[in-house]
Amino acid sequence: MVKLEGIRKIFSKGTIDEKVAIDRISLHIKKGDFVTIIGSNGAGKTTLLNLTSGTFFPDEGEIFISGSRVTQLAEHRRAKYLGRIFQNPLMGTASSMTIEENFAMADLRGQTRGLRWGVAKARREHYREILKMLELGLENRLKDTVSLLSGGQRQSLTLLMVTLSLPKLLLLDEHTASLDPKTAQKVMDLTQKIVEENNLTTVMVTHNMPQAIRYGNRMIMLHEGKVQFDIEGEEKRALTVEEVVRRFGAELKDEALLS
Amino acid sequence: MAYGLVASGIVISFRILAFPDLTVDGSFPLGAAVVARLIMEGIPPIYGVFAAIICGFLAGCCTGLLNTKLKINSLLAGILMMTILYSVNLRIMGRSNIQLLTVNTLLTPLENLDVNRFIPIIGFFFVVALCMKVLTDMFFHTQIGFAMRATGDNEQMIRTLGVNTDNMTVLGLGISNAFVALSGALVAQDQGFSDVGMGMGMIVAGLASIIIGEVLLGAKTVRRMTLAAFVGSIVYKFIISVGLRLGLAPTDLKMATGVMVILALGIPALKKGKEGKLHLRGV
Repeated sequence: MVKLEGIRKIFSKGTIDEKVAIDRISLHIKKGDFVTIIGSNGAGKTTLLNLTSGTFFPDEGEIFISGSRVTQLAEHRRAKYLGRIFQNPLMGTASSMTIEENFAMADLRGQTRGLRWGVAKARREHYREILKMLELGLENRLKDTVSLLSGGQRQSLTLLMVTLSLPKLLLLDEHTASLDPKTAQKVMDLTQKIVEENNLTTVMVTHNMPQAIRYGNRMIMLHEGKVQFDIEGEEKRALTVEEVVRRFGAELKDEALLS
Repeated sequence: MAYGLVASGIVISFRILAFPDLTVDGSFPLGAAVVARLIMEGIPPIYGVFAAIICGFLAGCCTGLLNTKLKINSLLAGILMMTILYSVNLRIMGRSNIQLLTVNTLLTPLENLDVNRFIPIIGFFFVVALCMKVLTDMFFHTQIGFAMRATGDNEQMIRTLGVNTDNMTVLGLGISNAFVALSGALVAQDQGFSDVGMGMGMIVAGLASIIIGEVLLGAKTVRRMTLAAFVGSIVYKFIISVGLRLGLAPTDLKMATGVMVILALGIPALKKGKEGKLHLRGV
């Protein structure tokens, strides 16, 4: 489904600040996998997502999504394969536009846009229907601008927008990190529900070890641009925080990761 | 009233695309120059107006391309185009101004009506400006219009949804400057001449109009924004003419307009905590 082959990314190449952010990583993510990626600050988690989504391109290596080579494909051209949710809840929606306008834009992910009305009447009922899932009463606020909503509400909206045009790969970039614990849990539950119901192939970057252990069927730990460990299936299910600390504690200098 | 189109154009670049586009000072006389030259060549004025619109569109696209493809800072890209257009306008006209008083223009049939000259002309401009407002509103509620608004609002988000934001910027600036050039073409015919210096201070005047409009009406939706530009430019012209009548020297007009914009933008910043109401994206 998603294949990274020998990916390498160096920032500030040729200067004293040169930093190898990703050091020859090869990964194969199968269809339907829910992979959690964990690692301390600067381990290369977000860089890996940025390379996958085309924010910038790798210095070496190739990237394939469902068989097509996308290594040098511009970000907007990859959109039909990818859905992405950012850490900052403000990033996923256009704040000056209404809920239904945001939905309508997500509806057309990766498609050519024309001069038809932006919000198709026939779709409005559908938007209302999926908004009911949130139980926040947003189904009656289709014409409110998104700027009126809280961070958690906006992040939930972004998740629903992903389901409008199911991407082949869903990238979650610490998408609950800037929410309060209660809201974070709600958003995480919704994520789990959406991923399961639609059998989405998902990569979730997180800073939170229990979260990385609890969700998904595969867990990858990055350290200084390399894969530290990569476990899946039964072994992943049986994993506990204590176990990770016991096995990899020596390398885990980042205390925050374990809290 | 014809100046209202300038404000509408500026709404698209400054407010919707969040792109501080300074091309306006050049594309306004560009529209005037094109229409004046073509009328002198004996081409029907209506074609001249369309040619002016197209030229304005292309000028805006050039600014957009300078910014997106050559990665030139948005302000600088506008200044470059404005400067280049100065020469272009001189080339188009062949001299620094063209008189249109003695020839037939688009407005001549209206002027020949058996009434006060101003009423039918103001009516005509009102209709044109209103039509453009409605068309703009409609455009910004289409799929492409949404993509353009999102480009100004949250570029990252709309790019991940598969929109080429560079193209949206180029197209938006094109449309914006097409409005401005149309305005230039109409103003030249109204006042009876086209002059290479007539674009000076156009942006500031347009901004002043928008600010006035948004203070009066707010800017919550696109429809409200375009309406604010429309109403704002009428009120602006009214304020200016009252000012002139009260003894403001015409020479100080641009300074007064500039000070007006500075006050409008500066007061919220000085009154901390009350910020935001007048926060113009792109300014």
